[in-house]
Amino acid sequence: MIGGFPVLAGATMSVAVGEIVLLQGPNGAGKTSLLRLCAGLLPIARGTGSVFGFDLATQRDSIRPRVGMLGHRNGLYGDLTVAENVAFWGSTAGATSAEVEAAVTRLGVDGRLRDVMVVKLSAGQKRRTALACLVARRAELWLLDEPHAGLDAAGRDELDTVLRQAVDSGATVLVASHELERAGSLAHRVVEVVAGQVHEVEPPS
Amino acid sequence: MSRWRIARLVAGKDLRIERRSRVLTNQVLPFAGVTMVMFAFALDASNVLERVAPGLIWLATLFSMLVLVQRSFAIESDDGALDALRVAGVDPVAIYWGKSIALAVQLAALEIVLLIAAVLLYGAEVPLGGIVLLATTLVTATCGLACVGTLYGGLTAGFTGRETLLPLLVLPVVAPVLIGATRAVESALGTDGVALSEGWPWIGLLAVFAVAFGAGGALAFGPLIEEAT
Repeated sequence: MIGGFPVLAGATMSVAVGEIVLLQGPNGAGKTSLLRLCAGLLPIARGTGSVFGFDLATQRDSIRPRVGMLGHRNGLYGDLTVAENVAFWGSTAGATSAEVEAAVTRLGVDGRLRDVMVVKLSAGQKRRTALACLVARRAELWLLDEPHAGLDAAGRDELDTVLRQAVDSGATVLVASHELERAGSLAHRVVEVVAGQVHEVEPPS
Repeated sequence: MSRWRIARLVAGKDLRIERRSRVLTNQVLPFAGVTMVMFAFALDASNVLERVAPGLIWLATLFSMLVLVQRSFAIESDDGALDALRVAGVDPVAIYWGKSIALAVQLAALEIVLLIAAVLLYGAEVPLGGIVLLATTLVTATCGLACVGTLYGGLTAGFTGRETLLPLLVLPVVAPVLIGATRAVESALGTDGVALSEGWPWIGLLAVFAVAFGAGGALAFGPLIEEAT
């Protein structure tokens, strides 16, 4: 509920482990709210929901450590380097330095970029660093809100590769995006969110 | 991961950011120094400055603390890191303790500089016998201030107008620290012939304040940032 009005009403959907599901719909339709709900950031006013078998109303603390959310902001510290950011976020989940290093390498923010302050990075490099943080945290459910925004063509391709790799290694991805062509080709299923309602639409070819 | 380890991680991250951005050395310390000089201009009469030096040290500390608290939470809000910490399920008690420790370290550095400034500018004298009381006052008052600052910094982090809201909320709450720390430092410095023994009961007040906000703040911080961000 926001301002006394239900953001999502009559929304029913399920996502299987290892799927990439695209959420599409106009601005204000409830896509971001659905992602925040799945992350345990918004309480459920009515109805039921669960993530990895944990109840969204009563067990949000058990859900959060397994979820990684990348919204409009990256959740990075500008005065830390790329490596320090990834190490910090990885360490909050108990990642070893080898796992942190692997995440930095996998997202291509190693080498020259590794010791650059995040504040000096381009939008795409920041996005990649934020994704490296999700990898280092070993997030099992990736909730991505407009992940392609601000990325150049190469950055978008890289992001798609990262998402496919994440799914190959067992992660589940929920993407809210207006870029239907790109995100649609990536997704196993497409779900339309309109005025708080959720409808499955034709899967991408 | 243990709560204590995450607290150390958060404190280390905050102190590393401070070391890089140098807000304490380049902005807060000059601000505190200018405040002390302005006090000296305003109260430039014989013996007045020396008598009121303990209170001025703590007033300058409180005003400067507001800048440090705002900075401490600005680094969390700028790119949505506080939200990300919540999503990551990082223990809010550990975040609270970690940020309090980092703030306490910065406050301690600030207080030492202000004490030196009081000696140089106001002619305050630190007798050898008062050093233990002075050090204990600094430690207990710093812990209390850091806990209150972190609690209210988290509370106001998500609000527009937090720059003006924070002083309105924090300054009345830390009045007991201002009073207790001022009295204790007066005793430590022997201001106006106040006996050293008169300072120790104030340490009790400061310790109770620090423990109350350390424990209460740890419990309240999680729900507060849930609502505020």
